[in-house]
This record gives sequence, structure tokens and C-alpha cells, in this order.
Amino acid sequence: MPTDTLIEITYLVATVLFILSLKWLSSPTTARHGVWAGEIGMALAIVGTLLYRGIVDYKLVAIGLVLGCIIGVPLGKVQMTAVPQRTALSHAFGALCVTLVGTSEFYLRAPNIPPFMMAVLSMEVILGSLTFTGSLMAAGKLQEILPQRPITYKGQNFVNLGMLALAVAVAAILVIHPEQIKLFPAMILIPLIFGVMLVIPIGGADMPTVISLLNSYAGLSAAAMGFVLNSKLLIIAGALDGSSGFILSVIMSKAMNRSFTNVLFGGFGQIQAAAAGVQEQRPVKSATAEEAAAILGAANKVVIVPGYGMAVAQAQHKVRELFDALTKRGVDVTFGIHPVAGRMPGHMNVLLAEADIPYDKLLDMDAVNGDMAQTDVALVIGANDVTNPAARTDASSPIFGMPILDVDKARTVMVIKRSMAAGFAGIDNPLYYLDHTLMLFGDAKNFVGNIVRELSGSDSHH
Amino acid sequence: MKLDLITSLYVFMLAAFIGFEVIRRVSPLLHTPLMSLTNALDAIAVVGAIILAGEHKSQLAAILGTIAIVAATSNIVGGFLITDRMLRMFKSSGPKRP
Repeated sequence: MPTDTLIEITYLVATVLFILSLKWLSSPTTARHGVWAGEIGMALAIVGTLLYRGIVDYKLVAIGLVLGCIIGVPLGKVQMTAVPQRTALSHAFGALCVTLVGTSEFYLRAPNIPPFMMAVLSMEVILGSLTFTGSLMAAGKLQEILPQRPITYKGQNFVNLGMLALAVAVAAILVIHPEQIKLFPAMILIPLIFGVMLVIPIGGADMPTVISLLNSYAGLSAAAMGFVLNSKLLIIAGALDGSSGFILSVIMSKAMNRSFTNVLFGGFGQIQAAAAGVQEQRPVKSATAEEAAAILGAANKVVIVPGYGMAVAQAQHKVRELFDALTKRGVDVTFGIHPVAGRMPGHMNVLLAEADIPYDKLLDMDAVNGDMAQTDVALVIGANDVTNPAARTDASSPIFGMPILDVDKARTVMVIKRSMAAGFAGIDNPLYYLDHTLMLFGDAKNFVGNIVRELSGSDSHH
Repeated sequence: MKLDLITSLYVFMLAAFIGFEVIRRVSPLLHTPLMSLTNALDAIAVVGAIILAGEHKSQLAAILGTIAIVAATSNIVGGFLITDRMLRMFKSSGPKRP
């Protein structure tokens, strides 16, 4: 069999394995098979490529592969709390690879590049370079190297759109006149700056949407690279990644009640501008750990609603202890997880799974809301805006229309919170002033720990 | 050449449809592993980088290609590793933890 055919067959098998890999990911019971299928497919494709006769310099390839492993292994072993920034970083790496390959292809082929080819090559490097810097910015914000506070200024959208238009204009000139080689660096430089500007106005709570969007861009740029190299395997992998990022972006923007165009044009962080911080002082009821433990211990059904505050306080392991203590007493404990809770899609699920909470106890918003009226206690840990009933009732609220967890419908609501400070959106939360709401002021980890101690203390008295 | 591009468009379109249908079914529970897995799969771009660096057609292509291999390989290795680590953590209730 000719080598070229053999290579194509490895690619074909890899493609099948990639699709199966994603298919098996649909359920936690088969998900790990998905990883294995992906790994085998990847290994096959790489071995197949190494057989390619055109390769004369195996030394560089080997250096690249070894260095990649050296960097990749520690990136695969980061703490679970660091997964959002790791993911952002990997989008940056993927985009870097695509941009560098696109750049090399341009200089190897110019000026003899047909228009359509130049168009996809432009798309490849524009998407690649904006995803590269955008993802680095996101990773920096998540790692708290960069200020997390959104930076906004007047005319921001105008400046951003202008830059994007400029990059597209340069691309258009190159499509018509591919011999204008000197213009090419501009087509990389402008999107590099654009990527930075795109993420500057983004605050922490918008991160899930932004990471999904950058994921989609990374996938699309890889698919464009597949067009340039005429590699079906790459087109398919890029299309899969792109559609995954797209679906997640849509889910995230729906969960924040933003339109998709709002997301596409980086209309993030506008909520803060709309929310003027007028806060009236209203009385709230607070409770001690002892009182909270008594109520929780007497409940039949408890829903815990975790948010980013739980991750910040590293409270997930204490929450597991609470889960165990209550379950032992026969209390039905489930977790209600909002799609945008945390800093990336599915963030809370991973943290709670790491703390050994069975995944069948982690429910999504709709599943939990249906049972909320029969719930004795809704315990909110480090979540704020996703529980704000104003989203349902107050048409003047900036988050009006955003789907929320209806914790206010539970018989008793408990909110663990450091202070009465407003949430990310800067909006007061009427939940805290309800008659059946108890505020538990303190650090999430310590407070949950105290509740657990009270529960086990009262156990030993029996 | 032209035919190739049209075929590529077909492939892209069909793959995007498969992607939508398959990924729509992924439980929200696994959205984080989904993102790290698709990221690892996306790093198949390494095959383009290998050819670029291996062919050594110009100094520039060889250098950029090698850096691209490093970037993509670290995504492959890191992506699969962390996805598997995450998925191992997802346990059903039922039998008590060992």
C-alpha cells in the first residue's frame, strides 16, 4: 500500500475515533472511553504524519514533541480550582499553533495564492491571533495576575469594531493583491491588539461566556487551517471544537439573558454600568452556625446552591462533610447548579466531584426549580446574582429576565456570605430581606465547618 | 484546486452538524471536561505543524513550525491528562467510596 494512502487511512480512523470520543462524553458512565478514543485517534494521526515522505528534518519534530510533553504534563496536573485559567491558556496555545502555521504558509506560498485560499488563510490568522491574546488576557485575569475589574471606556465598542474592520480590510486587500506581502504583519498585529481590547472590559462573572466564545474561535481558526492545508481531519476536528464552543456560548449567554449578538460583539460588562449603586439599609435576619445546624438537621430536603464564592473560599471539601453529615441523618441533599456559576461552564460540577460528591446529586437549574416548593432549606454558598428574585419580578432590574435558581420558594433560605456587599452585577439582592431568609455571615469554609461540628456534636448527645 | 475547496466546505458543514448533534447531548455536568477534551482534539493541528517543521522549506517555516508543535503537543498531553483526571472524579452514589 502506498504510504500516502496509509496516512489517509490513519486520518480517517482518527476522525471516527474523535467523533466517538465526543459521543461517549455524553454520559459520565462512558466518558472515560471518550478520552481513550481521543488518545488513540491522536496517536494514530501523529504516527501517520511521521510516515510522510516529505519530512526531512526529524530532529526539529522530535524537539517540538518532547518540549510539548514537558510543558503539557504540568498543565495536565494543575489544581482543579485552576482549571478555568488552564483552559484559557490551552486556547491560547491552540491559537498560537494555528497562527504560526498560517504565517509560515503565507510566506512559503506568497505571492501565488488564489483568492479563496487567501481568504481562509486570512480568517485563520485573524481568528488565531485574536484568540491568542484574548485567551492570554482571560488566563491572566483568572489567575489574578491581571486586574479582574472590568475596564470600560466611552466608545469601547466603536474602537473594537473599528479594529476588527481594519483587520478585515487588510485581509480583503491581500485577497485581491496577494503580492502585497508587506501588509501581512498588519493582519496579525491588529487582531493581536484586538484580542487584548476584547477581554479588557470583561469581569469575572462573564468569564464562562468569554471562555466558550474563545473556544469557538480557536476551533474555527483550526478548521480554516484545515482548508489551507487541505486536511479533512483538521477541518473536522476544528468544526467539532468550533461547534462545541458555539453551543456552550449560546447556553452561557441564555443563562445570563444576553442575546448572542450581544456576546459576539463583546457587549460584556454592561450590567455594571446600568446598575447604579443605590442601596437602602433594610433589616436582615442573621443566624449562628448552631441555629443553622438545628434547622438543617431537622429538614427532609435540602438544596445547596454553590457559586464562585465557594471556590474562592475553597469550601468544597467542607461542603462534602456537610453533605455526608446530613445524608447520614436521612436528609435528602442535592445541589442546584446554575449554568454560569463559577468561572467556566461546568466549573462547580468539577469542584464538587473532586470533593467526592456523587454526580447524581448535582442537578441543573430546571431540575432543582421544579422541586423548590417542596424544599425545606435552600442553602446558598457564595452565589448571589443567580439567586436574585429581582430577575423574575423587577422589570427595572438590570438582570431582569435572567433565569435564576428560585431559592426564595424554599421554606427556609440560608445564605452564607461575608458581608452585605453587592454581587458581581452590583445589584442589591431582595432575597436577603425576605422573612424566611437567614443570613449566615462569615467565611464559607469556616461557617460550613462550624455547622458540621454542630451537627456531629448534637449527634454524640443522642 | 477549486474542487478541493468545495469538498472541504461539504466536509466542514457535515462535521459542524455532527458536532452540534453530538455535543448538544453532553450533560451540563461534563461541560468542563468537554471543553478540555475538544481542546485536546483540536490540537490535531499538530499534524500541520509537524509537516511544516519536518519539510524545512525555509528557516522561518522550520522555526515557527517547531514552536507550533510545542504549543499543540502541550495541549494534547495536558488536555487528555486533565480530562481523564476530571472524569475519574465523577462518581455515582450507590456503593460507598473505597
